[in-house]
Amino acid sequence: MPQNQSKRMLAFALSGIVLAVLPFIVGSTLGNSWVRTLDFALLYIMLALGLNIVVGFAGLLDLGYIAFYAVGAYTFALLNSPHLSIFMPWWFILPLGAILAAFFGIMLGTPVLRLRGDYLAIVTLGFGEIIRIFMNNLNAPVNITNGPQGINMIKPIEVAGFSLGKPVELFGTTYNSVYIYYYLFLLLAVLTVIICHRLQHSRIGRAWVALREDDVAANAMGLNIRNIKLLAFAMGATFGGVAGGLFASFQGFVSPESFGLMESIMVLAMVVLGGMGNISGVILGAVLLTVTPELLRDIIGPLQMKAFGRMIVDPENARMLMFGLALIVVMLVRPEGLWPSKRRKAEFHDALDDGIPAADSQAADGLKG
Amino acid sequence: MSLLEVKNLKVAYGGIQAVKGIDLHIDQGELVTLIGANGAGKTTTLRTLVGMVKPAEGTIQYDGKPTGKTPVFDFVRKGLVMVPEGRGVFGRLTVEENLRMGAYYRNDESAIRSEIDYVYELFPRLKERMTQLAGTLSGGEQQMVAMGRAMLSKPKLLLLDEPSMGLAPIIVQKIFEIVQMISKQGVTILLVEQNAKLALEISDRGYVMESGRITMSGAASELLSSDAVQKAYLGE
Repeated sequence: MPQNQSKRMLAFALSGIVLAVLPFIVGSTLGNSWVRTLDFALLYIMLALGLNIVVGFAGLLDLGYIAFYAVGAYTFALLNSPHLSIFMPWWFILPLGAILAAFFGIMLGTPVLRLRGDYLAIVTLGFGEIIRIFMNNLNAPVNITNGPQGINMIKPIEVAGFSLGKPVELFGTTYNSVYIYYYLFLLLAVLTVIICHRLQHSRIGRAWVALREDDVAANAMGLNIRNIKLLAFAMGATFGGVAGGLFASFQGFVSPESFGLMESIMVLAMVVLGGMGNISGVILGAVLLTVTPELLRDIIGPLQMKAFGRMIVDPENARMLMFGLALIVVMLVRPEGLWPSKRRKAEFHDALDDGIPAADSQAADGLKG
Repeated sequence: MSLLEVKNLKVAYGGIQAVKGIDLHIDQGELVTLIGANGAGKTTTLRTLVGMVKPAEGTIQYDGKPTGKTPVFDFVRKGLVMVPEGRGVFGRLTVEENLRMGAYYRNDESAIRSEIDYVYELFPRLKERMTQLAGTLSGGEQQMVAMGRAMLSKPKLLLLDEPSMGLAPIIVQKIFEIVQMISKQGVTILLVEQNAKLALEISDRGYVMESGRITMSGAASELLSSDAVQKAYLGE
């Protein structure tokens, strides 16, 4: 179907152009803080897609995913800041952070191989907290992480002597560093999407679904359950590690506060709300959950002033309240997520039978032929 | 020499002995059936053969070598393939993806492709539904997927656990025809069944299992006509 193909190409080209000019449109109409929100949306897309490998593809509920983000961020922070007076090039520490995160993924994966569902969730939740508490307390007796104060003055990523952290002048206008980071994040987010897409339709992607479905049968197919599960944890963690490193260089500052349980839950909510197991859905979830709270911040305060002439509810509280409400409504109306995968949709809407065979009359008809 | 040789196999779940010392052997190319009532220990025996359950006592020799500590996922590579009870079809994978799971350990893509096409030839119904999720198929179609998937694992010895379970009689007939056809292609088969009559009709030899012990064995035709089997399983 060449017509279909050319349509697709057109769609790709169009979305490419939109994504390329987006920060300029947003920046000139809404201001730089919104470009910053865009940057975070891209970071969260990477994170959510990473978690989607573990939760969406392999079906392993991970409530401590943010720990891998923390590992990546702290690796970058420790090895490229005045804190330990170590300055290593980003192209070394970003992959290093990813590898370390993968290592932690396997560390978490190994003891939980036999756990499922609630029990798995509890252990992963504990793991996430352990990492955060370590970051919080590793300032004595030897100061490694600088404790709750966090690590400051992390050097931004530099490409060929050009620092991404400095504003640039282009055609007489000065552009903040958030613009440059936007393109870096966009590049990596696109790369993440491509990898996830390839993974999903690969032998390993099928193996993850099969494992989730029926581990006895999967095992009988010659699938090494242990390795496949660990691979899911490691792959997911890798994306978290990369995103963490980017976060550290972008912010220039990391502290344990950024890696709390709430963050883990937020990323999980992106995956579930968007549509577990579906890449487009997860991206949608990440963008919505990053942009909506910011949007509400800009709306609720002024709205109250207009309507009542004074602030009745603190905008910060009202914002989270509305946000929570929106989440509940979506989950009630569309439990499978806003943009679910075919498989996930079937789980919720089709009477997928597990062992109870459906009517056989159709099959009988088919067999006669 | 037998392809599979089981000696004095005992299996226990906790304190309960499910299999109480059985001997059986299957020769190359044979179609052997293991019949018995619910809870006789048939499924346990099969699961022990592929390493999913560890035997308490006894030896299993496959292809002349003791299976010992072979991990479950390695049996497929050695040609020992099991189609689990209740079919074990992956409901959230498409028909095609299910078939590909059978070829999970292989990487000869062109051969896999042509074998998948062969399965579609055998079961035209599956070809029509290749992009459909397997969980949305009927029981009979799912059993076809399970069989096709097993064929893609290139079995030397195929272990079938109650392929007729829960299927309409007309489908059961068809499934048994397929079992016979796979057998004619040179695949050795151990068929575990409750449907004793049909199973014995297509088999070369049979074993009768009762509460963890093998109580009778012999040529399928003999068993079929023996009084004891007639009374116990065929209700005549």
